[in-house]
Amino acid sequence: MAFTRAEKSYNVRVLWLSLAYGALLIGSIYYLKHYAQHGGIDWLVAILPALPLIGLFAALGRYFVEESDEYRRMLTIRQALVATGFALSVGTIWGFLEGAGLVGHVESFYIACLWFFGLGVGNCVNKILDRGGEA
Amino acid sequence: MKNRLKVLRAERDWNQGDLADRLEVSRQSVNAIETGRYDPSLPLAFKIAELFGLAIEDIFTSPSKEN
Repeated sequence: MAFTRAEKSYNVRVLWLSLAYGALLIGSIYYLKHYAQHGGIDWLVAILPALPLIGLFAALGRYFVEESDEYRRMLTIRQALVATGFALSVGTIWGFLEGAGLVGHVESFYIACLWFFGLGVGNCVNKILDRGGEA
Repeated sequence: MKNRLKVLRAERDWNQGDLADRLEVSRQSVNAIETGRYDPSLPLAFKIAELFGLAIEDIFTSPSKEN
């Protein structure tokens, strides 16, 4: 299956943002472990790894704007909706379990990990719903 | 939505890729429309109709008239 122009642009942005995330995460952890000053700079450094992740969400939004193939855009929108529903559902269930003291605390940034995993779930949903075709 | 896209395409001896190129969409999109798994937007339906020199209703069957 050939990529559309918008998909190629999206993939390039995802690659660069993922590399930036890796670098900023390693740098942030190293700084906070060895040079933390308990001041404003710590806040900035702690937030830095979140920025490329936010960029990934923005990249998907930009893809929706740039994609001229409406069917492919619909598939990706469905994929993102499944991912959103999946992440919110798991997060909600976990929150109630945590409130009941049945499971331990999990950092809230894992909701982004769940969402990215949910994109994979959404891709499976697309394959199932469009079986018989090529989606 | 039922349509005559496959027949119209065959009459012109076009494969799905040929039609996709003319409509500036992916072959996957043409396949989805042909098999009724995806209903095109009004602008794309007009584009398809204009490509074949027909009215939209000559290509696509209104869901209310399918039975």
